[in-house]
Amino acid sequence: MTLFLGALTIGLILSLLALGIYISYRVFDVADITVDGSITFGAAICAVLIVKGTHPMLATLAAFGGGLAAGAVTGILQAKFKLNPLLSGILVMTSLYSVNLHVMGKSNVPLLTGRTFSTWAEQLGRAWFGKPEVNLLGWLISARDLVTLLLALGMVVTVCLALYWFFRTELGTAMRASGDNPQMIRALGVNVERYRILGLALSNGLVALSGALLAQYQGFADAQMGIGMVVWGLASVIIGESLIGSRSLGLAIYGAIAGSVLFRLLVAIALRWGLNPNDLKLVTALFVFAALVLPQWLQRRGKRET
Amino acid sequence: MLTVSNLRKTFNVGTVNEVRALRGVSLELPEGAFLVILGGNGSGKSTLLNAVAGSFRLDAGEIHLAGQKVTRWPEHRRARLIGRVFQNPFTGTAPTMSIAENLALAARRGQRRKLGWALPRNLMDELRDRVSQLKMSLEDRLDNAIGTLSGGQRQALTLLMATWLKPALLLLDEHTAALDPKSADLVLRVTEEIITRHRLTTLMVTHSMQQAANLGDRIVIMHKGAVAYRFTGADKQRLGANDLLARFEDLRRREMLDETAAALLRETYL
Ligand SMILES: Nc1ncnc2c1ncn2[C@@H]1O[C@H](COP(=O)(O)OP(=O)(O)O)[C@@H](O)[C@H]1O
Ligand SMILES: [Mg+2]
Repeated sequence: MTLFLGALTIGLILSLLALGIYISYRVFDVADITVDGSITFGAAICAVLIVKGTHPMLATLAAFGGGLAAGAVTGILQAKFKLNPLLSGILVMTSLYSVNLHVMGKSNVPLLTGRTFSTWAEQLGRAWFGKPEVNLLGWLISARDLVTLLLALGMVVTVCLALYWFFRTELGTAMRASGDNPQMIRALGVNVERYRILGLALSNGLVALSGALLAQYQGFADAQMGIGMVVWGLASVIIGESLIGSRSLGLAIYGAIAGSVLFRLLVAIALRWGLNPNDLKLVTALFVFAALVLPQWLQRRGKRET
Repeated sequence: MLTVSNLRKTFNVGTVNEVRALRGVSLELPEGAFLVILGGNGSGKSTLLNAVAGSFRLDAGEIHLAGQKVTRWPEHRRARLIGRVFQNPFTGTAPTMSIAENLALAARRGQRRKLGWALPRNLMDELRDRVSQLKMSLEDRLDNAIGTLSGGQRQALTLLMATWLKPALLLLDEHTAALDPKSADLVLRVTEEIITRHRLTTLMVTHSMQQAANLGDRIVIMHKGAVAYRFTGADKQRLGANDLLARFEDLRRREMLDETAAALLRETYL
């Protein structure tokens, strides 16, 4: 049960990453590998600030800001310097590796001492339930884990609502159109380049936010923690789409969340069954490959048979 | 209203694919005028419209529109003054977004986009009202993705979008060419209606002599990146589809003559 709760919490935290990937991959149609750097960037900023005694809320917001900046740089490389989108992401991700080491001062910053959302969750748990363990449908679980899960859920729901609202404003619909049909929206007076920069900034801001929460949950920030995260996010978005569909904006956002949580649960189960953790990234990559190729392949086979 | 003087544009300069797409085109279009542009394939019609819309940098020439010199304005800035319908029905609309969202985007053409709700109640009412004037029963499907509509329906909506805010200039680039005859007629009817009702200054490219003869108050025939013939006023009104065909025949004959002359010269001097 504790394992299940943990997987659920991490799934929710990483669903912010999935939302970020949804923006770059689905709205702007680029696989933005900046993500691998910006999730660590978010974690690093947050961890260092918390160790210095900053309020966890402020530290998390600062991480979001850092992500915005990183994404904007990728966007500027693409829109202003006309670099290939993939290359832009690679350049920024690579530079972020150095930046992150500078921010942290070493390759790992533990959060054992500072005040984080987790310590807050512990206090809340004690205040609400009066004891360290709660009985939930016959399972004895730690009050702290339960409150952490609820906090993560609250955070994700808030971000989702904000994102849904944003994408239905004049600015947000114009941003979606910039990805959907740049030529059309340019003819309607939109500076497509500027919206692309804004969109990638927002995307990486969410990713960094996810990194900040992840660092607080696991109790450390690490220079290596971002490796393969873009693939992880892609997997979540793709699972979400196949389960929930993407017929409307609301469904697509909901799908990204559901996909992330489900994927984390699947991984937890697979690890429990004895999947070697070292194989995790390989399996994730193969999964994304299959999810991208299988539909085309099935379609082609279907055509040949008829 | 629109003054275009001596526009020049060469694509792929210095390569084997070098094309002199515009070789000094000049036009003068008073307010409310409706100019039809004819010309063979590759004669530079689309390039001329793209130049006016600002899709690329010109090599030479100037463009004045609505009292402003717009030659160096980027495309998105000129959109404040220009409404546009493309040849391909897929170009003019954002396929995954709803009909209402597409129209709402057009309702703010050239204006600042802020954090206000994109589809407020009063705008929805106006959308329903103006879409129903198309008489295509699309007003009940405003929430459907526009990509699910037929080419003709999309083109009619693009036309509505381009003219939602009255543009100083309307650009139509063979906007019925990709449609089946029935849809083409329908879109053309809507086009005429909108242009007449709002007295729009219009540049329309077409490949149909019939359309050219029936529509507009002036005609330009382009050939090899330059204007070959112009007709206005009574001349234009007298012109029928057959007369226009005859002019094309003229151009073709002249070109062949050029070629035989060149061959003769080559034989004589080489
Ligand atoms: N963006 C471009 N790059 C290179 N060549 C172009 C471009 N646009 C047009 N051309 C060339 O310019 C010439 C005129 O094209 P266009 O204006 O599209 O002709 P049409 O009169 O059929 O609309 C053609 O030879 C075309 O290949
Ligand atoms: Mg053309």
